Amino acid sequence: MTPEIILFLVLALVAIATAMGMLISRNAIYSALFLVLNFTTVAVFYLLLGAPFIAMSQVTVYAGAIMVLFLFVIMLLGAEALPEAEVLPWQKPLAITLAVLLVSEAAYLLITRARPVGDIIPPGAVANDPVTLQQLGMALFQDYLLPFEVTSILLLVAMVGAIVVIRKEKRVH
Amino acid sequence: MVPINYYIILSAILFSIGALGVLIRRNALIIFMSVELMLNAANLAMVAFSSVLKSFSGQIFVFFVIAVAAAEVAVGLALIVEIFKSKRSIDVDQMNSMKG
Repeated sequence: MTPEIILFLVLALVAIATAMGMLISRNAIYSALFLVLNFTTVAVFYLLLGAPFIAMSQVTVYAGAIMVLFLFVIMLLGAEALPEAEVLPWQKPLAITLAVLLVSEAAYLLITRARPVGDIIPPGAVANDPVTLQQLGMALFQDYLLPFEVTSILLLVAMVGAIVVIRKEKRVH
Repeated sequence: MVPINYYIILSAILFSIGALGVLIRRNALIIFMSVELMLNAANLAMVAFSSVLKSFSGQIFVFFVIAVAAAEVAVGLALIVEIFKSKRSIDVDQMNSMKG
């Protein structure tokens, strides 16, 4: 048990517990806050994997912008908790059975079929080097320039789309 | 040294929790958050593979996924607000008609 594995296991426990908390809690605001913690934990995993740029994007975009938007909408609608009304009584047991099946299938495939592809190199000398960040920027703006520009158009379309959906209908005669 | 299989198993568990959330919750906002959780699980697997293969492509792909998720959330939350305006509820069981 190296320190890295212990750190991984503790963080994995936190990630799974916060995901379950998001799923179980009755109040939507608690769910959103659990999800913020989960995203932050995943950001720490990215740091462990030697991807500092993605980790920072995760914290600013996911845990910052997206979850703040969620919290705004939850508080705006005042829809923290829905009234309890069980419409399909068999839905929950069936869903849990299917989810357990999904996990066990994935674990079975990983354990029996996956070839060991190697260990994660510890970040530090190689991965957190500023040179690799520079290389990432070069790759992003040279090899992936077109997808990058398309993404900006996508964000513009999403912005306009959100405004169009929300806008009040004007009656024109 | 953490074996990559640990990361993949964690990613599978997080993805399954997200899928379970989509299946059992009826609050549209929680379902949306579960979808975000599934996206995150996939991102984690991609970054783990890119770290093992020592390639940037996985990280750049995750960057694009994050951008697309932001766009998706903007439009999706606008739709949820609009549904709430017409139905006064975000219970997905009540969204059973095409016309408000």
